Amino acid sequence: MGSERTFHIWRGDASGGEFKTYRVPVDQGMVVLDAILRVQATQANDLGVRWNCKAGKCGSCSMEINGKPRLACMTRLNTFGPDTEITVQPLKTFPLIKDLVTDVSWNYRQNERIPPFKIGEPGPDGQYRMYQEDVDRVQEFRKCIECFLCQDVCHVLRDRDRKDAFVGPRFMARLASLEMHPLDVEDRIPEIKAIFGSGMCNITRCCTEVCPEHIQITDNAIIPLKERVVDRYYDPLQRLVRAITGRKLRTRPRKLPMKS
Amino acid sequence: MNVSEIQTFEHDVLVIGAGGAGLCAAIEASAQGMDTAVVCKSLLGKAHTVMAEGGMAAAMGNVDARDNWKIHFRDTMRGGKFLNQWRMAELHAKLAPERVRELERWGAVFDRTKDGLIAQRNFGGHRYPRLAHVGDRTGLELIRTLQDHGVHQGITFHMECTALGLLKDGDRIAGACAYWRETGRFVIFRAKAVILATGGAGKAWRITSNSWEYTGDGFAMAYDAGAELMDMEFTQFHPTGMVWPPSVRGTLVTEGVRGEGGILKNSEGERFMFRYIPERFAPETADTIEEADRWPDDPNARRPPELLTRDVVARAILAEVKAGRGSPHGGAFLDIASRRPADYIKRKLPSMYHQFKELAELDITKEPMEVGPTMHYFMGGIRVDPDTEMTNVPGLFACGECAAGLHGANRLGGNSLSDLIVFGKLAGTGAAEYVRSLSSSPKADDEQITAIFRAATDILNRESGENPYLLHEELQDTMQELVGIVRTGEQLSEAIERIGVLKKRAQNLKAHGTSQYNPGWHEAISVHSLLTAADIVAHAALVREESRGAHTRLDFEGEREEWGKVNLVVRKGADGRPVVEKVERTPPPRYLEEIAYAKIEELESGKVGADAPDGV
Repeated sequence: MGSERTFHIWRGDASGGEFKTYRVPVDQGMVVLDAILRVQATQANDLGVRWNCKAGKCGSCSMEINGKPRLACMTRLNTFGPDTEITVQPLKTFPLIKDLVTDVSWNYRQNERIPPFKIGEPGPDGQYRMYQEDVDRVQEFRKCIECFLCQDVCHVLRDRDRKDAFVGPRFMARLASLEMHPLDVEDRIPEIKAIFGSGMCNITRCCTEVCPEHIQITDNAIIPLKERVVDRYYDPLQRLVRAITGRKLRTRPRKLPMKS
Repeated sequence: MNVSEIQTFEHDVLVIGAGGAGLCAAIEASAQGMDTAVVCKSLLGKAHTVMAEGGMAAAMGNVDARDNWKIHFRDTMRGGKFLNQWRMAELHAKLAPERVRELERWGAVFDRTKDGLIAQRNFGGHRYPRLAHVGDRTGLELIRTLQDHGVHQGITFHMECTALGLLKDGDRIAGACAYWRETGRFVIFRAKAVILATGGAGKAWRITSNSWEYTGDGFAMAYDAGAELMDMEFTQFHPTGMVWPPSVRGTLVTEGVRGEGGILKNSEGERFMFRYIPERFAPETADTIEEADRWPDDPNARRPPELLTRDVVARAILAEVKAGRGSPHGGAFLDIASRRPADYIKRKLPSMYHQFKELAELDITKEPMEVGPTMHYFMGGIRVDPDTEMTNVPGLFACGECAAGLHGANRLGGNSLSDLIVFGKLAGTGAAEYVRSLSSSPKADDEQITAIFRAATDILNRESGENPYLLHEELQDTMQELVGIVRTGEQLSEAIERIGVLKKRAQNLKAHGTSQYNPGWHEAISVHSLLTAADIVAHAALVREESRGAHTRLDFEGEREEWGKVNLVVRKGADGRPVVEKVERTPPPRYLEEIAYAKIEELESGKVGADAPDGV
C-alpha cells in the first residue's frame, strides 16, 4: 500500500516508437493489467491495449512482460521483486498496430481454413453418445482461450517467420480437438501434413510452457498428429493392412482456399 | 463530410454484437439466405459470453427424468417473481433442449453422464439438475462452438468495429454507423434489418463482473432510435463475486460452486441462509442442515437454501455484512473445501481453482472463499415481440441480455446462456422474415450519418475537455452508492440528479491523441451509452414503489399486488429525458397460468398442466 512501481511501456506504431516510463501507485493484489489501465486512465488516455474479462478467460491481454509472453491480467506484481521495474511490450510475432496491440488476424484466417466439424450418424435411439473418458482429451484442447501466446513463442512462426508453412501450435491443438472428437467423421490428415505443416514443429515445447491453460500442446496434440501422419504415409505395416482390407485412406490433400 | 466517400457495406441483416446471442442470430439469418454481417467491438470469441461459467439451462431430463419444460417454465416464472413475459418463458423452456443438442451437432463437447449423454448440474432456483455444462467454462465452449461453426456459414465478420448509432428511413431501420478501432476510420452499414445483441451495462457500477465492453451501447442506440426499454429497474447483483484482493473485486465466482455442494457461512461459522428462506420457496427448501446435507442423494430431501435465487442470496449476504457478521473483507465465506474432495473440486471447478490460486493466492480445495455481491446482469432491456424479437421500430431486433422479457424481476442462473441460443435464433428468423416482407430497401439520409460521425469527431477535435475515464469512475461511484442492491426513493432521486450533471459534463469530453486505436476516444463514446443506461435504470427504479426480485426498495418493502400487474416501459421523451410508463401485462393462456402457480406435487402428478401443448 502507498508504494509505487516503475513501468516501461512500449508506445508507438508500425512507423516506430519507444519505451516510455510511468510511475504507478501499487495496491494489494494488483496485476500488470491493472497498472496498465491505471496509466491509461490517468497518464496516457490513448494507450492502446486489448483486454476483456480480466480473469484469464478470454485471452485478450497477451503481451510480453519482462521478456516473457504472458496474460497481463494473470501476472501479479508481487511475483516480481519489490523494486523490479516492469517492461511491457507487444507480441513480437505479429505486426504491430499500436502500443501493445498487434494484428492477430492471421490466426483467424488459419482457423477458417480448417475443415469444420462434421458429425456422423446418431445412435439407434436418435441420441449422440460420447463417454467422459473419451472426451477428456478433446476437452483439454477446448480449454484454449485463443490468447495466441503459443503462436507468439513458436520458433517456426517467431524466428523463421514460416507462417506460410505452419499454422502454429494453437491450430494444431484445434486440429487435434477435431481429429480426436468421438463424433467427428471428417478426415484432415492429408491437410495436416501438406498444408497445416505438422512436420515443421521440432518439439521444443516452448508453446506448452507459455500456455496459461496448461494445455499439453506438444505432447497431447502435436505429437499424436505427427504420429497419425506417419501412420498414414510411412508405416509399411499399415499400408499392408490397407492393401489387404482394401481400405482406402486419402493421402492427397484438398485445396484449401486462403481467405484474405 | 462527404458521405459518398465513406466506406460503405450493404447487407440484408446486420448483427451488432458477437456474443452467444449475436452469433446465433447471425447463423440463423445466414441459414435463411440473408446476406449477414456481424460487427463486434472486440476480436471474435472474446465477448462476455466467454465469462459464463456454470452452464445453460435446458430441461432435457438426462440426469433426472422427472424434469420437463413445464417445470423449467415454472422455475423461471417463480424466479422472475411473475413479471416475466409469459410467452418468452414458455418459448425458452420448450426450445432450449433442442438448441443445446444443436450445439452438440456443431461440435460442442459437454460433460457427459455415465450413459454418454449431456450431463446436467444443479443450480439456484432450478428444481432438477438442468444445466448442460463443461466444467466451469461453459461460456467458452458456447462461444467457440458458435465461432468455429459461424465462420463457415458465409457470414461477414467485422471485428474491432464499434457501432456509433442506428440509421432510419422514416420509422423503419436502415442500418448503422460505426468506426474501425484499428484505424479510427468511419464505416456505414446499410442494412434492411439490424439485430442488437450488445449485452448489458454493468460497467456503470464500480463493483461488477462485467468487462469493459458492457457499456449499454445497444440500450442507448435503440433508445435514441425510438425503441422502448422495459424492466430496466431490475439489475441483478450476483451474490458471489470475489471481494479480495481489491484489484479483482467483483470478478465472478460461479454459482456452480454452490451447485456442486458449496455452502455459505458468516464470520460466526453459521450457515446463515436458513434464516433467509422466502415464504414462496419454503415448501421446496430444506429447513435444517441435516435435510440440506441429505440432498441431492436422498430424493425426498429438499434443496439447500444456498441454492435459492440470486436476489435472495445477494440480499442475505448484504444483511449479514451489515449486521457485523461479514468476512474480513466485507463478504461471506463460500466453502466447498470442507464439502467435496480436492480432486472433485479441481475437476468440476477448474477455472475457479485457477482464478483463486492465481489472483487471490488461495487454494479453494483447502480454504473457504470470500465472496460478496457484484453487479452482473440486466434483466431489463429493449422491449421485443416474444416470437419475432422485433422492437417497436420496424426492422430493429434485439436478443440476449440487451433484450427484456424472459427473466422478469430476477434471472435464474443458467437461463442466460439458454436465452442466447433460443432467442438469438428466433431473432435471426424474425429478421429474415421481416427482410423478405419488404417491398423496397430503406435508405438513410446523409444528415443522420454526418450527425453521428460529427458527434464522434468532436471528442477528438475539441481543444480541451474532461478525462472520460475519470468521469466514468464518477458514474460508477454514483451507481454503486445510490442504485445498489437496496435502494430508496431519496437515493434514486439523488442519482438522477447526479447523472444529469454528469451528462452535461459529458458534452465536453476530450480524447487526446489520434483516432488510431485510441481507447480514450472509445471510452468517451461509451460514456454516452453508460449515462443513458444508468439514467433509465434510476428513473424506472424510482417509479416502481415495491420490492420484487432484484429491485429492493427500503421505503417500499415487499411485493405489492398492483405492481405485479404492470411492467415499466421507458422511452425517450421529447425533451430527451426518459418517460416511464406503466404497461398492463397481457393475461397468459390458462395452461401457462396454471402451471406457473401450481403446487409442485400437482404439476408432477399431472393433475395440472397435462393438457398443455408441448409444441410452440
